[in-house]
Amino acid sequence: MRFFGAENLGIAFGGVRAVDGVSFELRRGEVYTIIGPNGAGKTTIFNLIGLIYPATTGRILFQGRELTGMKPHRVAELGIARTFQNIELFEHATVLQNLLIGRHRHRCTALWQELAFTPAVRRAERAQREAVERVIDFLELAHYRDSLVAGLPYGVRKVIELGRALATEPQLLLLDEPSSGLNPEETNDMAFWIEDIQKGLGITVLMVEHDMSLVQRVSDRVLALNEGRVIAEGTPAEVQSHPAVIEAYLGSKEEA
Amino acid sequence: MRFLFKTDYGQDLRLFKHRGQVFWYAVLAVVLLAAPWWASEYMMTQLHFIGIYSIVGLGLMLLVGFTGQISLGHAAFLAVGAYTEALLAAAGWPFWLTLPCAALLSAAVGVVVGLPALRLKGIYLAIATLAFGVIAEEILARWESLTGGNSGLHVKPIELFGARLEGDAGFYYLVLGLTAACCVALANLLRSPTGRAFVAIRDSEISAACMGVNLARTKTLSFALSAALTGIGGALYAHKVSFISPEQFTLLVSIELVTIVILGGVGSLHGAVLGAAFIIVLPQLIAIAKDYLPAGVAGAAGLQSTVFGLVLIAFIVFEPMGLYGRWLKVRTWFELFPFYRKGMFRRQKTYMKSERVR
Repeated sequence: MRFFGAENLGIAFGGVRAVDGVSFELRRGEVYTIIGPNGAGKTTIFNLIGLIYPATTGRILFQGRELTGMKPHRVAELGIARTFQNIELFEHATVLQNLLIGRHRHRCTALWQELAFTPAVRRAERAQREAVERVIDFLELAHYRDSLVAGLPYGVRKVIELGRALATEPQLLLLDEPSSGLNPEETNDMAFWIEDIQKGLGITVLMVEHDMSLVQRVSDRVLALNEGRVIAEGTPAEVQSHPAVIEAYLGSKEEA
Repeated sequence: MRFLFKTDYGQDLRLFKHRGQVFWYAVLAVVLLAAPWWASEYMMTQLHFIGIYSIVGLGLMLLVGFTGQISLGHAAFLAVGAYTEALLAAAGWPFWLTLPCAALLSAAVGVVVGLPALRLKGIYLAIATLAFGVIAEEILARWESLTGGNSGLHVKPIELFGARLEGDAGFYYLVLGLTAACCVALANLLRSPTGRAFVAIRDSEISAACMGVNLARTKTLSFALSAALTGIGGALYAHKVSFISPEQFTLLVSIELVTIVILGGVGSLHGAVLGAAFIIVLPQLIAIAKDYLPAGVAGAAGLQSTVFGLVLIAFIVFEPMGLYGRWLKVRTWFELFPFYRKGMFRRQKTYMKSERVR
């Protein structure tokens, strides 16, 4: 059974075809990166997979199920987690509470039990906390556990967002520009974590990224987009030396 | 200053974080339980209203403060609770049956009103709920065969387990018990997955959805719970005033209820109770102040609304965290003395957010 596949995916905003007939497949356990110049439709693909935008054409398959047409929250329940390019954390909550939201799909208590906070809820909450603490250890967030997100530096928020996605225990992790806004040292940490997530936790990663050194270091395969269309697919080295990719980034000789 | 050493995950799950809290809540409980002995008849009435408004305030706080959905039509839920209670009590139903009915019917109406909330946000939701409030008020006035129209309805005293609940003390303990139960239930909910989902929706709908929170279901649930609490408050209110008519459930009342939430401090349960106390005590203060004001001002119509409006504006400008926020600052000042800094509670600048998907 195929792990994940997007077939002929497309969406049009008015007359603009932001994503046009994009197809790709993910193999279980790989790191797959989508690159492309600004406005190529990378984040839009993420929003299509997350069902935040309804796809105009095509379909998305995840472990034999068709996602297209479901409600957005079902995507998370099936085991796909994501981070956002510009960080969408719950600002007025602590880091711990943010990570606990990630456990939402593993909740197992009914409303009446929660209103009375029965022993079952207490047990469940302890179990959730233990799961979250594993993520905190993994990402070395212990120092920030009880601080409000609203006051934390950008680099830390980026890690918290990754942590929240990991707390859902996903099978597929979508990372939208994990290194944007990070300094070289933080980017280096991020690369280690992505490698650990892939090799240690066995989670498949689909990533949008601009930093080519990070892409080369962690990706198994790369897909290059331009103006909503696929222009190249292959190993990082293959894609980087592909003439269409060079043209998309630097322009062709005739134009220059 | 107090240092909390955490050695167990269970510590974070407790309602009371340390012994000091247990002590002060116990003191509060004793003082409130002894109220019939120390409070005058007039003060008892004030306490009744504070309890009732606390329950309503908690309901609205859940919706506005924790789920981030505004409602300017909550007086309508108050009315649904009050009229259900009045009509069922008149039909001879016992109180232990009428109260859940009032709550359930309000919740059902809340679900219906919550439907637009699935599509509308912010000011548009405010307008939709406002319209609902006005419509409800109109229905109460026009449906004379059921509600008695503008001439109103008399409400029978509470009958509990065959005995009539009469006198101030009996009703007081009923209100006190229900208020406490509502506080604890909401505090429980907020430390559970559902409560976290509410807060997630308030802070970022898109990432809540991406974490698996069912937006439609959770928002509807919040409306239903909020309406149910308001309905319970309405039922108690009906018994307290023993006569209800449409003009007790106007738009101004809805705004008063929102005032409770904002004055108390958006996003805190304490705030709902503090706000309710404030909103009950303020008219009394105005009445006292009238004696010292020149006759032209004291006799002016709309003095109370004006003061309410000014207080609301003052809070939004000078203390957006409300009464509870002010209390937190005072407490921190004492705890950290002499190291309190002025900017400690200032909101940090938030970073750029990705464009919201509408």
